[in-house]
Amino acid sequence: MTMMSVVEASRRALAEEMRRDATVWALGEDLGRGGVFQQYKGLQAEFGPARVLDTPISEAAIMGAAVGAAMCGTRPVVETRYLDFTLCAADELVNQAAKARYMFGGQARVPLVVRQPTGLWMNCAAQHSQSLEAWWAHMPGLVVLVPATPADSYAMMKAAIRCDDPVILLEHKELWGITGEVEEGEPDARLGKSRLCRRGRDVTIVSWSLTVQTCLDAAATLARDGIEAEVIDLRCIWPWDQEAIIASAEKTKRLLVVHEAVLTAGFGAEIAATVAEATGARVKRLGSPRIPVPFSPALEAAFRRTPEEIIAAARMLVA
Amino acid sequence: MNDITPTRRNAPAAGRLLAHYRTMAHIRAFENAAERLYNEKRIPGFVHLSTGQEAIPAGVCANLAPGDQITSTHRGHGHTIAKGGDIGAMMLELFGRAGGYCRGKGGSMHIADFSIGMLGANGVVAAGMPIAVGAAHAAKLLGRNTVVACFFGDGAVNRGPFLESLNWAAVYKLPVLFVCEDNRWAATTPTATMTAGPGIAARAEALGLRTASCDGNDVAAVDDLAGELVRTVRGGAGPLFMIARTYRWSGHTSADAGAYRNPDEVARAKADDPLARTRAQLAELGIADADLDAAVAAAEAEIAAAIANAEHAPAPRLEDALREVQDVGAPDFARGARP
Repeated sequence: MTMMSVVEASRRALAEEMRRDATVWALGEDLGRGGVFQQYKGLQAEFGPARVLDTPISEAAIMGAAVGAAMCGTRPVVETRYLDFTLCAADELVNQAAKARYMFGGQARVPLVVRQPTGLWMNCAAQHSQSLEAWWAHMPGLVVLVPATPADSYAMMKAAIRCDDPVILLEHKELWGITGEVEEGEPDARLGKSRLCRRGRDVTIVSWSLTVQTCLDAAATLARDGIEAEVIDLRCIWPWDQEAIIASAEKTKRLLVVHEAVLTAGFGAEIAATVAEATGARVKRLGSPRIPVPFSPALEAAFRRTPEEIIAAARMLVA
Repeated sequence: MNDITPTRRNAPAAGRLLAHYRTMAHIRAFENAAERLYNEKRIPGFVHLSTGQEAIPAGVCANLAPGDQITSTHRGHGHTIAKGGDIGAMMLELFGRAGGYCRGKGGSMHIADFSIGMLGANGVVAAGMPIAVGAAHAAKLLGRNTVVACFFGDGAVNRGPFLESLNWAAVYKLPVLFVCEDNRWAATTPTATMTAGPGIAARAEALGLRTASCDGNDVAAVDDLAGELVRTVRGGAGPLFMIARTYRWSGHTSADAGAYRNPDEVARAKADDPLARTRAQLAELGIADADLDAAVAAAEAEIAAAIANAEHAPAPRLEDALREVQDVGAPDFARGARP
């Protein structure tokens, strides 16, 4: 185990996969300079400009070329710079990459990874801050990963590159700097499995990405009042770990889902509905209001989950 | 102007021209059959017919090697046939049968045959263009000496991926031949009324691509030009851009009678039939009428056999709707997924 940041873990994983497999390459804007978050730092020097490709600001061509190249024997890693810019390549991702295998009756595979720096960061407002995991979850064909730790960033990057499906890797921008222990080499990414972060008997709290830690902070406070919350990091939006979440909710009889994304039709709704149908547990969701992400910190707070609201929601469920 | 002037052969070789005629006769017979099957409600969905445009795929694909690849459009039957596609599998797909190219999951708009480098028809205008560029990018990365021919229509030049793909191919000097099939109609709108500036070639030239155009209803002219351009692309010159002028005989889809068009315009186009022109050229070269009739009859017989086979072939099973979606997180009967 080695201590490292998320940005280092993801960079190492990509570099190791590129050393292992000559068909892996990365493409996107400004990769030669290391990318917006330095997640590609040093890679062009090691692998050359053809395999760490600087591209024009042409999202449709970046994604579309990656689709064509993925169908023809390579494994592209697409950098979208900010998740929001993926929407300029919506046709290439949603109508082409996600559907090619199916539409062509299984003739084609599209083994590409789409890295999407996600969520709030530096008050970047409405076009640089979104969390759209529910959009991608809605699209058959896509795999959707939401790592919250350096260990998962490392393992999921490797698994995503080796996966024959198109994989969306949602990398929260406020997580780049956090550090943690990483098992290097060939860790099992356990796609579709959640991570039990804290055991508890009174209420199940499910979250992912940045807000997992917020839930753990809330759980620590709840414990002081004698409420033992079970906190689960979902890790994967599609496929998601129905088995573990349902089992936990059966035990606690109460489910709280917490996410940064807009509440309305958010992925929390899918989880809450599935659990309610399966268990009859009481369910509650916390998410953001259905508004664009505002700029001013005073307004952007509407998108920040806080331990206080999680504590209040958990208490309401337990009461 | 950096237009390319093709070197025109004095007279096309009779054997090569006859092969083009056979390809075109297959496309014509397939399109006529597809139209009839649609009108008789024997196939589901719509078909986009390329009747009248047969010379372009025939002339271009004749210059591609088996390892070369093409991307196509929603009007893609001719491209598949010219690249060597299996007419039986195409017809099965039109009928939505399990044995079709896409196992009944794609239909006319998604016919593909990756084994022959046919990377797919596409239901979205211009969407094949970045895919073509990516296929060429993969060829470059993997050190393959293959060429990608990217077919698209004149309507595609007003979409962003047109610009992005041409720029991309030029920046990275990729082995792509862009083939614009200019049939003058973008769905039900005359392309000229919706396309600003000095024309399609000028757009490509603005991005540094050399362009050339030809009479897309003259298969010998298409063949000559495509031959030269494919050789140049394969030689490492980077992308080139070809415009083949033609006309769409039918409406946008099989459900569209095209009544918004001037009947004189349509009649003039039909008088300029690429098959009739090729036939006349072949007659001049001494090919007997009987041989040409036999070529048409053979094509029609092959299509008829494909229909006879497809019409009563087994449909896919409902549970097959859940297959071929993805490996990780595939729909799972055990978890309650139902077709």
